[in-house]
Amino acid sequence: MSTATATSLLRFATAGSVDDGKSTLVGRLLHDSKSVLADQLEAVEHASRSRGQDAPDLALLTDGLRAEREQGITIDVAYRYFATPRRRFILADTPGHVQYTRNMVTGASTAELAVVLVDARNGVVEQTRRHAAVAALLRVPHVVLAVNKMDLVGYAEPVFAAIAAEFTAYAASLGVTDVLAVPISALAGDNVVEPSAHMDWYGGPTLLEHLETVPVGSDPSAEPARFPVQYVIRPQTEEHPDYRGYAGQLASGVLRVGDPVTVLPSGHTTTVAGIDALGRRTDIAWAPQSVTVRLADDIDISRGDLIAAGATPAPTKDIEATVSHLNERPLRAGDKVLLKHTTRTVRALVKEISYRIDIDSLEQRSGAEGLNVNDIGHVVLRTAEPLALDAYAANRRTGSFLLIDPADGTTLTAGMAGEAFDTVRATDTAEEDWV
Amino acid sequence: MTTATDSPVRTDDTPFALSHLDALEAESVHIFREVAGEFERPVILFSGGKDSIVMLHLALKAFAPAPVPFALLHVDTGHNFPEVIAYRDRVAAEHNLRLHVASVQDFIDRGVLRERPDGTRNPLQTVPLLDAIEKGRFDAVFGGGRRDEEKARAKERVFSLRDEFGAWDPRRQRPELWSLYNGRHAVGEHVRVFPLSNWTELDVWQYIEREGIELPEIYYAHERDVFARNGMWLTAGEWGGPKDTEPVERRLIRYRTVGDMSCTGAVDSDATTIEAVIAEIAASRLTERGATRADDKLSEAAMEDRKREGYF
Repeated sequence: MSTATATSLLRFATAGSVDDGKSTLVGRLLHDSKSVLADQLEAVEHASRSRGQDAPDLALLTDGLRAEREQGITIDVAYRYFATPRRRFILADTPGHVQYTRNMVTGASTAELAVVLVDARNGVVEQTRRHAAVAALLRVPHVVLAVNKMDLVGYAEPVFAAIAAEFTAYAASLGVTDVLAVPISALAGDNVVEPSAHMDWYGGPTLLEHLETVPVGSDPSAEPARFPVQYVIRPQTEEHPDYRGYAGQLASGVLRVGDPVTVLPSGHTTTVAGIDALGRRTDIAWAPQSVTVRLADDIDISRGDLIAAGATPAPTKDIEATVSHLNERPLRAGDKVLLKHTTRTVRALVKEISYRIDIDSLEQRSGAEGLNVNDIGHVVLRTAEPLALDAYAANRRTGSFLLIDPADGTTLTAGMAGEAFDTVRATDTAEEDWV
Repeated sequence: MTTATDSPVRTDDTPFALSHLDALEAESVHIFREVAGEFERPVILFSGGKDSIVMLHLALKAFAPAPVPFALLHVDTGHNFPEVIAYRDRVAAEHNLRLHVASVQDFIDRGVLRERPDGTRNPLQTVPLLDAIEKGRFDAVFGGGRRDEEKARAKERVFSLRDEFGAWDPRRQRPELWSLYNGRHAVGEHVRVFPLSNWTELDVWQYIEREGIELPEIYYAHERDVFARNGMWLTAGEWGGPKDTEPVERRLIRYRTVGDMSCTGAVDSDATTIEAVIAEIAASRLTERGATRADDKLSEAAMEDRKREGYF
C-alpha cells in the first residue's frame, strides 16, 4: 500500500509589506498548517530573544540571509514549502519594499495565485494597486485580496466590503477576473486556517480553504499543444540503434500518438509516431509533463525548435513585447542583447523603447531615457533568427522570454510578447486601441 | 516493496491534472535536459545520500533509453559510511557511469588541508570539491540541495552561478523567472544546478517509495554501537570517537540524512520499511538537519558562510 497521496501542487505568491502583516500571515500559514518544526521555532525564539524581543518573531522564519537579519528586511524572494492533506504548496514570498517590482515579477512568473495583502485600516493604497498590476501583468490566473488586521477595525463588515469592492473593480479594469476577498486577522488567526468566530457575516472560505480548492493549472485540452525541443535523444546502442526522440516538457496542451504536428520555425509537418514518458511508452501526454516524442518523418530537428499542434504561431524576427527591467544597468534603444525564448537563445537588437508604463497610474510615459531597474515598458525587438512566439496572454511559457547581456551573461529583462493590460491608457489619445 | 506506478496519477481537479510528485518530477527532468542542452561538461555530485540517489534516478529517466550523459563526482571525506561507499560503487558500475572521487584524506596527506581540532571533516570538503571541478573542467555541477532544508538554501536559485573561486554571492544572484534558466558563464566560472530545489524531505521519500528506489541500508532501522555527543547518536569509529567519557551503547537507530560519520547523527527508530520511514517523518517535529547535523548548529549563518566559500 503506497503512502504517497495524490495531492496536487499549487504555486502561489504573496505580496505586501511588513507593515501589512505579510510575515505574520506567512508565519501563520506555516505554523497553523504545522509546517514549522520544533527546532525551527526554537531557533526563531532564540534569535528573537537575542534581539530583545519577548515573543518569537515569525518574520525570522523567512529571513534567510545575514544581511536580511542585520537590516531587518527581506531582499530576495524566499520559497516556502508546506502541505495539507489536500495539497502541496510552493509559496514565493516576495518582499514589498526594496526592488519590489523585480522580486514580485519573479515570484509571480511561476505563480498560479497571488495573495495581495492590505491593512484594513488603510484600505487600497498605491502599493496595493501596484501589486494588482504586477499580478495582472504576469497573468497570474487567480488573485486573493487578504484584508488583514480586521481585529483593529472591530471586525466591521462595511470596512471590508468597501475595500473588497474597490479592489475588485480595479483588478477587473486590469483584466483580472478571478478575485476573492477574504477578511482576516493574521495575528489572531481569523479566517487564515480556521474560520473566524468574529465575522459571522462572512460566508466565504478561509484563506487556506481557498488555496486548497482553487483549480490548479488550466485545462490542457482547451489549449493548442506546444512542445519546445530541449534535447535530441539518440542512444545509438545495440539495443536502440535507430532510436531518435525529442525530449521536452509540454508547455501547453495535449499530444496524442497520431496527432499531426508542425515543426517551427521550419514549418515542416509530420505526425506523432510515439511518446515515451520517461522510459515508459504512452499514447497521450499533457502539459506540464516532461516526455520524449518520436515523429513519423525524418526531419532535421534540434534544440530550440518547437513542435506545435493546432493553430501555430507564425515565426517572426520582429517582436513587440511588454518588459519588466530587472537590472541596475538601464535598457536602451540600440542595445544588442541575447534573447532566450523557451529552449532557443538568439541575438536581438532593442530597436525601440516605445514607452514606459507608470505602474501606479497605468499611464504611458516617454521611453526615450530607456528603462531602469524595476521599470515596466513596451519595446520593439528585432532578432537574428525567427522565433515562434505565442502572445503571453495566450501562453505564459511560449510567450515569455529573457533578455541577457551577451558580455557577462547577466539577466537584464523579463519579456512578455504582446500588450500588458487591456487598458493601458495613452497619455495623448485616450481612445487609442492597443490591440 | 512497491513499484513504479503505470501512469501519472490524475487528481480530481481536472482530467489532466498531475499529482505533486509528477509535477516535481517533470520540473526536475526539464532542468536536467536544459543542462544537457546548454553545457559542455556537466557532473552530478553523488554522495550516496538519498537526495543524490533521487537525482541520479531522475537523470536516468530524463535520457532513457540513452545513458545518462554526465559523470558522477564524489567528495570522499574518509569519514563516509562503508555501506554508502559500497552503494556508490555498485550504482556507478550498474549504470556504467564514470565516477570521479575527490579525497579529503589525500589533501590532508599532501599538507594542503589540516585536520580540525574537533575531528570533523565536513567543512574540509570545499577545497577538494573546487579542485575537482577545476581539474575536471566541469561547467555545470548538479547538487541535491533542497530549498526546504535550510534558510540560506531557501533563496538559492535553480541555476546558481559561481565565480572563479567557486563562491556564491547572494546579492549577485540572477533573477529566475518562469522556467527560463540562464546558464551563461565565463571561462573558469561554473553553475551549480539544483534539480530538487522545490522538493521537500517528504516528497523525496514518497518518490523513493513510488519509484521503488533502493537506498543504502543505513537509512532503515538497524542495531548499531553509538555514543551521545551534542545531543545526537554518533557511530563509533576510527574517525575519533568516542572519547573516554562517552560510553558506547547498542541501540536501534536509523540515519535520516547521510553525511560523515563524524557529524551525522542517527535517530532512535524502529522504521525498517519505507512506509514506516515516511510515517515517522510525517510525524516528526524536527527538521532533518536539526535532528541530525552537527555542522549546521555552528551558527545562525553556518550554511550561508559555507555556501559563500563554495560548499555544495
